[in-house]
Amino acid sequence: MKTIKITTPITKETVKSLKAGDRVFISGTIYTARDTAHKRIFELIANKEKLPFELEGAVIYYVGPSPAKPGQVIGSAGPTTSSRMDSFTPILLEKGLKGMIGKGKRSPDVIKAIKKYKAVYFAATGGAAALLAKTVKDSDLIAFFELGTEAIYKLEVKDFPAIVINDMYGNDLYEKVGGSKLWKI
Amino acid sequence: MHNVDVKTISYEVRRSCIEANCVIRPDILNAMKKAKSIETGLANSILEELIQNSIIAQKEMMPICQDTGVTCVFVEMGDNVHITGGNLNDAINEGVRQAYKDGFLRKSIVEDPLFRKNTRDNTPAIIHTDIVKGTDLKIMIMPKGAGSENMSRIKNFSPNATTESIEDFIIETVITGGANACPPLIVGVGIGGNMDYAMVLAKKAFFREIGSKNKKPPYAELEKVLLDKINKTGLGPQGLGGKTTAFAVHIETHPCHIASLPVAVNLSCHVTRTRTINL
Repeated sequence: MKTIKITTPITKETVKSLKAGDRVFISGTIYTARDTAHKRIFELIANKEKLPFELEGAVIYYVGPSPAKPGQVIGSAGPTTSSRMDSFTPILLEKGLKGMIGKGKRSPDVIKAIKKYKAVYFAATGGAAALLAKTVKDSDLIAFFELGTEAIYKLEVKDFPAIVINDMYGNDLYEKVGGSKLWKI
Repeated sequence: MHNVDVKTISYEVRRSCIEANCVIRPDILNAMKKAKSIETGLANSILEELIQNSIIAQKEMMPICQDTGVTCVFVEMGDNVHITGGNLNDAINEGVRQAYKDGFLRKSIVEDPLFRKNTRDNTPAIIHTDIVKGTDLKIMIMPKGAGSENMSRIKNFSPNATTESIEDFIIETVITGGANACPPLIVGVGIGGNMDYAMVLAKKAFFREIGSKNKKPPYAELEKVLLDKINKTGLGPQGLGGKTTAFAVHIETHPCHIASLPVAVNLSCHVTRTRTINL
């Protein structure tokens, strides 16, 4: 198991160097966005309006954190199921998104777009929400305040642990492990 | 007659919701440690993350998982219990409301399934109440996350269906759930009853301790066979390969119609959270 430290925004060289199965530790800025935030970004793109953050080289984390207690940067913050974002993802990749963090399989269209636009999909450990919160050093609410836990936060992370699932070469780690044949039922 | 005040109920529900969300069940922590000892590579490191995660959560009293769930409640109320000062369901919902606010738990409930607006206090809870004999009031609480719930399934079998075909359906549910359901899982299975009751049985099965067996030997055997088969699929922790796809399979059964054989499979993640209140 290869362990690699990477920083955001993600460059073409970084994407090139990552392979399905690599253990990565991510540092730098990442943005939270889940179901409704994706729908909103999708609409902004369709209406050619300004987006809440620069997509080029960006990493999106599919998460809806629990509320921060006084003194905490963020509450518990583990990944949610990525497939719910699939229908919105190819257009974001086309616009320069380079990394996504979530859990679970992506659709064939997303996997194709990851290859086409040279990006990477990471999984973080689902349910390791308190541990992952400890890697978040700063958190800023930047858009869609009214969505509560679904709003977009700009997070500064240090050594956020993740695993490369889909790389730009078309590999899919979930396909390689046992049970994957049955998975497709 | 045993009088129970609604304030006591709210207080206990509040306490149990916070505790269930922040303090892992000892049997689950033990299962994680045992699983880690037999896993290598990625599976081993994922289990280590989960163990560390539960230690941090308990120490800081923060949620083990950010999805602090819909609050599922099973009540067994003795016919000689008298609720004073208000109504049972309101008292439970008041406890949930206080827990999710005071415990900094995520509010994940929308007031309408199609026109989705957050209720901002995680109510209403989903409450099933059985009236039983006696003077005891038992309230079982389970905050249930959506990751595993969304991958749960139910199917009507022909009464002549083979046990193998039922096994296949259960294993297939685990595999199709994949990483989305957050394995290692506890697999709750309800066989019999009817469509709604089979799923209630499957969900109630999560309250059983890991390592416990169904009281009827053929079902205890089926639990063992299924756990073995599920772990042999190799799906593993987080669907990334390994020997531990499930910590336990718990089957519950109920009489059913001569023409029916419903089988419900409710999946629960490695953060299965339950607490039982006895009043």
